[in-house]
Amino acid sequence: MKIQKKLFLLLFALVIWLIVYMNIEAAANYLVYSIIRMEKGMHLTETIRFFTFEVPKVLLLLTLVVFVVGIIRSWFSPEKTRDILAGKSLLAGNVMASMLGIVTPFCSCSAIPLFLGFVEAGIPLGVTFSFLIAAPMINEVALVLLFGLFGWKTALLYMSTGLAIAIFAGFIIGKLKLERYVEDWVYKIKAGNQIAVDEKISFGERLDTGFEAVKEIVAKVWVYILIGIAVGAGIHGYVPENFMASLMGKSTWWSVPLSVLIGIPMYSNAAGIIPIVQTLLEKGASLGTVLAFMMSVIGLSLPETIILKKVLKIQLIFVFVGVVGTGIIIVGYLFNFIFA
Amino acid sequence: MNLIKVYGSGCANCKKLEALCNEVIQELNIDATVEKVTDIQEIMKTGILSTPGLAINGKMISHGKLPVKATLIRLIQDNIN
Repeated sequence: MKIQKKLFLLLFALVIWLIVYMNIEAAANYLVYSIIRMEKGMHLTETIRFFTFEVPKVLLLLTLVVFVVGIIRSWFSPEKTRDILAGKSLLAGNVMASMLGIVTPFCSCSAIPLFLGFVEAGIPLGVTFSFLIAAPMINEVALVLLFGLFGWKTALLYMSTGLAIAIFAGFIIGKLKLERYVEDWVYKIKAGNQIAVDEKISFGERLDTGFEAVKEIVAKVWVYILIGIAVGAGIHGYVPENFMASLMGKSTWWSVPLSVLIGIPMYSNAAGIIPIVQTLLEKGASLGTVLAFMMSVIGLSLPETIILKKVLKIQLIFVFVGVVGTGIIIVGYLFNFIFA
Repeated sequence: MNLIKVYGSGCANCKKLEALCNEVIQELNIDATVEKVTDIQEIMKTGILSTPGLAINGKMISHGKLPVKATLIRLIQDNIN
């Protein structure tokens, strides 16, 4: 397809997108109140209205952002990130690694070759960890959901505190000099010469990368979003206001560490957990506690630590989980304190 | 005889790529064998940091993504003898 034709189609799609997005709420109201004629103010009505409004909204936002991020990511690759980070000093390296973690395409299934490649290139352990913390925790799916369901302030808050945790946790791990707790065979691996990465990508191909990202990611997460919003809608309609206040409210000091402890072994992606978390907040849970819970579910997961176990000795795994977990707890308390 | 190698230590996309390669060479009647490389040392030797990697006759063609079928057909046709 010619690039002009592609751009024209894209523009057309964007206009349609805008028109649909602006009218979802009205359409959902019309559907629920006028077509199926449900009574206003009833629990079931509110639950269904919430669901019919949130699902298309979040899916539309997701499609657009995944497309844009897909295009941005076509300029980055783990190999390029490695070359940028090689030879960086500790603190500067941690900052760069955390930021690159957001934009570099990364799947935790590639964590092992990435770790080995970084070590081989002489990137300090702490810098590598900054990358490995930021990459899964701060992702476009999480940011879209936070933006769509909570607003831009919470999304920004999540991103900046996530970055801070990745930078400082990596820095601390670097300062602790834990290289001896990396499995010995890691240092014996010899990586090959850099492969020639084809740099000449046309803009048309970058657009294709965006489309492919949409197909892949949206196909993977829509089910979780649907389930998450359905559970959220149920809580929204049926659970009384302030129900969570005593359990996850800011007056209960132990709620932050408890949420983190529950969140670490829980494995869910952002798409499943954020819609649920939104309604917890609505029912009286405090922002810091909710943020901490969300971060520990998305950022620290059992499957990822099991993958990392192949290259790290158990002591280092504990330090990693401990340092990141502590960072998340601090963030949780901080926000409960600020928004008190 | 062409040799197509798929590098990856068992991630979902690696398995999909191997299956897709087999599908393409069968459908287009291409004289090639598909080999899966799972040994991490062998993967690292190629220099890639993200899997799945796709090499045709010793040349790394694509890595870190699962190409769509149309792209894969083009990649294979461009790089076989």
